[in-house]
Amino acid sequence: MLAFTFRRLLALIPVFLAVSLIIFLILHLIPGDPVDNLIKIGASAGQRAEIEARYGLDRPLPVQYLVWLGNVLQGDLGTAIVGRRAVSAIVAQALPYSLMLGGCALLFSSILGIALGIVAALKRDRWPDQAIMGGVLIGSTMPGFWLGLMLILVFAVWLGWFPVSGARGWTSLVLPVLTVGLGGTALVARVTRIAMIEAGQRDFVLLLHAKGLPVWRIQLFHVLRHALIPVVTILALRIGWILGGSVTVEVVFARPGLGSTLIKALAQHDYPVVQACLLMLAVAVMLGTLLGDILQAVMDPRVRTALQ
Amino acid sequence: MNMAAALAPAATALRSPKGAIAGGWLLLVILGAILAPWLTPYGYDVQNLPGAFQPPNAQHWLGTDEFGRDLLTRLLYGARTSLSVSAVAIGISVTAGLILGAVAGYFGGRLDRAVTVVVDLTWSFPEILVALILVAIVGPGVTGTLAAIGVAYLAQFTRLARAQIMAIRAETYVEAARSLGASDAFILFRHLIPNTLSPVLVAAMLATGDAIILEATLGFFGLGAQPPIPSWGAMMSSGTAQLFRAPGIILFPGLCVAATVVAINLYGDALVRALDIRSRARTH
Repeated sequence: MLAFTFRRLLALIPVFLAVSLIIFLILHLIPGDPVDNLIKIGASAGQRAEIEARYGLDRPLPVQYLVWLGNVLQGDLGTAIVGRRAVSAIVAQALPYSLMLGGCALLFSSILGIALGIVAALKRDRWPDQAIMGGVLIGSTMPGFWLGLMLILVFAVWLGWFPVSGARGWTSLVLPVLTVGLGGTALVARVTRIAMIEAGQRDFVLLLHAKGLPVWRIQLFHVLRHALIPVVTILALRIGWILGGSVTVEVVFARPGLGSTLIKALAQHDYPVVQACLLMLAVAVMLGTLLGDILQAVMDPRVRTALQ
Repeated sequence: MNMAAALAPAATALRSPKGAIAGGWLLLVILGAILAPWLTPYGYDVQNLPGAFQPPNAQHWLGTDEFGRDLLTRLLYGARTSLSVSAVAIGISVTAGLILGAVAGYFGGRLDRAVTVVVDLTWSFPEILVALILVAIVGPGVTGTLAAIGVAYLAQFTRLARAQIMAIRAETYVEAARSLGASDAFILFRHLIPNTLSPVLVAAMLATGDAIILEATLGFFGLGAQPPIPSWGAMMSSGTAQLFRAPGIILFPGLCVAATVVAINLYGDALVRALDIRSRARTH
């Protein structure tokens, strides 16, 4: 298992290098001189020289990339143009909020999605199934930020149950988690339903019925166990999408976090911050996928033996 | 393939009730977008501050926004931006993906491996992340949005086209064409690509739905079409500040996005079924 994890981690290194190269190149692909994009308007010649020396902007591009990558790996993400703070400090401040939101949303969509999927599979083609699947279609096609705004309108403005925005206390987490989570719930419910139906048609289920086991035991303890493997795979692949969803939702709810920091930095042309946020999000997606691979191997004995 | 045969499944898809409702809504939105200047007496950027925040009434069917601009007018012009940007972006994506995937799948070898590596790399990241990287490079605005959506969905179409081409490149008619002395380019563009078109076009239609959401999201962030050009996303973005006073500013464009995307999905499903029936009828 350890060897498997290690090998998967090694496989991520080229991906990381490629992504970091693209993110590094942003500064050189945008119109204008990189130095101008790294300092405030009206900076002195001395400040320009300092920036040039620091990023090695007078040296060839591959060397610049290595300098930048070296700095990034040591935790030096540069200095924000607006605010003049260390970017690493900004990221460190935003990251816990995003992780909290993403984690809660993932948990919410897994639990609710699997539950809905089970119900839909058990009541296949009857009204609960049709109602759930109809809700799933609508849920998966609604833009996340609009759902967030509607939830604000109903639960924060009209009913006054939760705060409209911000990140103070757990109540401020409810609506954002719902917004991010509902999109994921739709997908998890759909996959769970199909996986349950497919697993329910296997021979061992027939045998369990013949042995006289109660139906609910068969469904919950035997069929579900098989059905969960594809669900975990999908969930792991979706970790990135859930993080992506939190980008929009953070903006809607004016919550601090990587997403809202990124969008603000994009509008302000604060490129060091843009690069850092994009890199963090990309790394989070990669780690999420890795986690999914490992979980899948833990759950599925076939994958485990294939690895040995 | 002649025009009538190409359009037959599109008509068949309208026969189911879901397909008919979905197709009807799409037609309505598309016509509304095209005919916007003739459908409404108002301009999308004409401000009328004394007439701001009107509730729906006979003059302004959906009311007015914070600058007194007619909401229905902005919704119609917004449909122009949102639909055309999404459709053009997906068009770029499909064309590039089809050529890239077809060439990679047909020739194989080192080229195929290179394309696969790049495609797998973008495939593993959420579209919104790819789109934001592109917007960071190209800059906000219509061009940035086109590039962002175009590249975000490129991997999907390249993958699909490559898989389709690989499945049919060993067919006997390809061999026959080659033995008759047809060039690679001729085989690709005359025989192989036309045979992969219907699944790719259905995928393109479904992706247009996702692209509308992505376009609205970028517009909501203020990274899409810049004011005063209305887009559904930008309308909702300016509406957030007025959420308490005039929820309609957000409600209507959001409903338009949701309804259009649901309609595209339902119609796409009906189309898939219609195409299936056709292919089955042909093989039997």
